[in-house]
Amino acid sequence: MNKVVSDADAAIRDIEDGMTLMLGGFGMCGIPEKSILALVKKGVKNLTCISNNAGVDDFGIGLLLHQHQVKKMISSYVGENAEFERQLLTGELDVELIPQGTLATRCMAAGYGMPAIFTPAGIGTEVAEGKEVRNFNGKDYLMEMAFNADFAIVKAWKGDRLGNLVYRSTARNFNPVMAMAGKVTIAEVEELVEPGELDPDNIHTPGIYVHRIFKGENYEKRIEQRTVRKRDN
Amino acid sequence: MLDKQGIAKRIAKEIKDGYYVNLGIGIPTLVANYIPDDVDVILQSENGLLGMGPFPFEGEEDADTINAGKQTITKLPGSAVFDSAMSFGMIRAKKVNLTILGAMEVSENGDIANWKIPGKMVKGMGGAMDLVASADNIIVAMQHVNKAGESKLLPKCTLPLTGINCVKKIVTELAVLDVLPGGGFKLLERAPGISVEEIIKATAGKLIIEGDIPEMVI
Repeated sequence: MNKVVSDADAAIRDIEDGMTLMLGGFGMCGIPEKSILALVKKGVKNLTCISNNAGVDDFGIGLLLHQHQVKKMISSYVGENAEFERQLLTGELDVELIPQGTLATRCMAAGYGMPAIFTPAGIGTEVAEGKEVRNFNGKDYLMEMAFNADFAIVKAWKGDRLGNLVYRSTARNFNPVMAMAGKVTIAEVEELVEPGELDPDNIHTPGIYVHRIFKGENYEKRIEQRTVRKRDN
Repeated sequence: MLDKQGIAKRIAKEIKDGYYVNLGIGIPTLVANYIPDDVDVILQSENGLLGMGPFPFEGEEDADTINAGKQTITKLPGSAVFDSAMSFGMIRAKKVNLTILGAMEVSENGDIANWKIPGKMVKGMGGAMDLVASADNIIVAMQHVNKAGESKLLPKCTLPLTGINCVKKIVTELAVLDVLPGGGFKLLERAPGISVEEIIKATAGKLIIEGDIPEMVI
């Protein structure tokens, strides 16, 4: 078995106009930056993107927004992007804002083969409008449906040709739950290793969930908020 | 009257040894600076980290290690990394002992509004709705009145809600107040130099005052 493809272009070759994509990452941490660049190059349009954030103007999903490739964003927080705001205000872009835990758990449900979840997040707010509410043990919960995505695109630190993945630090975030949730899952990795090199006890995403894997070159890994402390001399 | 650091300092006194704590963006983040050395606390960052440490030294920033405010941070010895579903799983299952967050409005029955102002660009609720819907122990850090001089402690919130019946305690530049289970803001402490009358004037919701109100010690 070999799931390795040559590069990002090969990995996204059959992503078409109008498809729904999941894109891993939190802010710009752990985003599949090579696949996003390939999507920009390919020019597919009318995409629905499920991603916690929407990148910044010149990096991440922001690049897709600039080319007007995104029809709808499903996110929990979208603040850092002027072009995004412009398209939202002119009605070019549709945005569905959902609670971050709900976003993660709707991915998880898809990956666990469950049609829906019940969460208290959003009870009593506009998020609950039109949704089924169930009371369990005296507390109200919203029914939220599992996502249905044509492709999930994730970024891992290391992976092998069977698709087993290991993430690094908080670049893990949404990547493992999205990797489980796509009809087709694409993983881009910093290091592609041979089967056996990753410790089976420390695999974060088992390869069964991953359909295509490639090694990305020269990751930019942009930092959104560079915060540091001074050394005491 | 307290400044932001003062509010953070006062809230830090609410943190008990052994707590797992989630700190929101803004004043809540400052609370970490005032946790006493003999109080052992583990900070949860909802992007997937327990054991969040201080900002890195210059030159040691790691793009893969950030907090929920997307700031570069460090991991302390004994920290653990996990995915976003598990992160909100531990929040929903009430494993996090204390949640501290900011607010635009709080009502006398503990409703909170902190994510959306109609007519302005809406950035999103992030993890706030999940946190307030599940946490048993929620402290709000905020200014008592808004920039227009209007009270933010109201009979009923006017802005779109983030969650209902959830806020337990509020610390402002003027006062410390409990939100009572049956409704109402119970005044517990005054900020240094602030009179009860000033707090009454700044509070639009039902304010409950019993006996002498001590000045807070920070």
